[in-house]
Amino acid sequence: MQRDPHDAAASIDEVYRTESRAVLATLIRLLGDFDLAEEALHEAFRAALEQWPRDGVPANPRAWLVSAGRFKAIDGIRRLSRFEALDPDAHDAAARVEETPETGAVADDRLRLVFTCCHPALSRDAQVALTLREVCGLATEEIAAAFLVPPPTLAQRIVRAKGKIRDARIPYEVPAQEDLPQRLDSVLRVVYLVYNEGYNASSGASLTRTDLSGEAIRLGRLLTQLLPEPEVLGLLALMLLHDARRAARTGARGDLVLLDEQDRGLWNRAQIEEGAALVERALVSRRFGPYSIQAAIAAVHAEAPTAEATDWDQIVGLYDALLRAEPSPVIALNRAVAVAMRDGPGAGLSLIEEILDGGALSEYRLAHAARADMLRRLRRPAEARAAYEKALSLTRQETERRFLQRRLAELA
Amino acid sequence: MKYLCLVYGEEERLAAMDDRDCLAFDAAARASGHCLASEALQPAATAAIVRVRQGRVAVSDGPFAETKEALAGFYLIEARDLNEAIQVASRIPPAEVGTIEVRPIRPIREQPRTGGAKRET
Repeated sequence: MQRDPHDAAASIDEVYRTESRAVLATLIRLLGDFDLAEEALHEAFRAALEQWPRDGVPANPRAWLVSAGRFKAIDGIRRLSRFEALDPDAHDAAARVEETPETGAVADDRLRLVFTCCHPALSRDAQVALTLREVCGLATEEIAAAFLVPPPTLAQRIVRAKGKIRDARIPYEVPAQEDLPQRLDSVLRVVYLVYNEGYNASSGASLTRTDLSGEAIRLGRLLTQLLPEPEVLGLLALMLLHDARRAARTGARGDLVLLDEQDRGLWNRAQIEEGAALVERALVSRRFGPYSIQAAIAAVHAEAPTAEATDWDQIVGLYDALLRAEPSPVIALNRAVAVAMRDGPGAGLSLIEEILDGGALSEYRLAHAARADMLRRLRRPAEARAAYEKALSLTRQETERRFLQRRLAELA
Repeated sequence: MKYLCLVYGEEERLAAMDDRDCLAFDAAARASGHCLASEALQPAATAAIVRVRQGRVAVSDGPFAETKEALAGFYLIEARDLNEAIQVASRIPPAEVGTIEVRPIRPIREQPRTGGAKRET
């Protein structure tokens, strides 16, 4: 037992870091309200700061905090009802909180929280904001900064989302078995959105916002612990395998370095191993989907010791499977790029122009950049220049702009 | 808790459906206690629009909004929470060709607003 106040403060920091999210998830279930639960969480930690330096850190800090939070909340509800003349609702609320059993797997409460924050009746923006706030514990200002949105706007988004959960009575529960696949899809979409926002910032000066990618991976890990479904494993694998290349993706002056030019010595081998193992587990299950297939593609890249050694045939085959699972022009575009690597730029160009002719992706910068690249490789510089310029006109990301400008300069 | 399920759809597609499916769903939903009230509506063109402005009643030809999907009917249901309401709504036959809007009922009798206050955001 620590009696040193300094030690206790450090312990409390550690407990906050590791347990506060789980405690919050349970308090939300017990109190039936997000805001009440957050207040209760603060009160619980305040009590811990008072008592633990004196009495030592409890054997089960999480249970202690849940109890303390709940007690303070009941107390608060009771005190309110004494001021507001005979408020029957408050009396009922206090009674209900007292009656709700504290038992119940914490893992279940964390899953309840995730599924509630990612409920499809909430807008995607609201799902992302609420998940980052309640599940990941990010501050409103942090989330606003990460998504380049003014803090009051983000704060309003969260307030409205909580209001909707209350007014429409979105229940705090893990979905029924028959609803699980689609509801899980919603959750994975949120995680992937957060990861992508961090990996490939859509505007602004720096290419990656690492904080968001880290949060997404943390979320992914939590989900694999709570719900080890194949696509959950697949998504974590995908994020790890992409993240493994982070150090190699930007050059000395923050320039964009493409996959075939990256220093593979800078790739994070531990993440690659972990990702590859997860892909195997996902694929073995036979119930895998798009995330797992994308992860498998990333794994093939990761396993190639050099760019030249890449097994493009396998990658094209995986893209075929991906296109069947999720027919989309962006995936068709990525497949076209892989085909070009296997069969030459002429084959790639035909496919890309087919996609663009169909009307899809006409405003998608990467489609024009890919087309430009094919034309460059086919030694058709005038057409390549026009295509690079079109791509440039659609790019807001600074690092990408510099890359495209470099390509244009090389053509001259 | 009560929810109103508003059934929207393209009138031609809905008109081609077999009413017996709707009646079967309705009977089952009433038997289970989920459905409190329900009606099919005549087409949007049969509507009259009523407004009162400056004390005068103004009536015009309907519908209220010219949209591709028109309001075709409603089910007032009782459900434990939104997830259950969604499950009930998903079984309404027109859900397969149209759209169901699931709106929670505001408890106006128990908590009437007295006007003037800004809507809480």
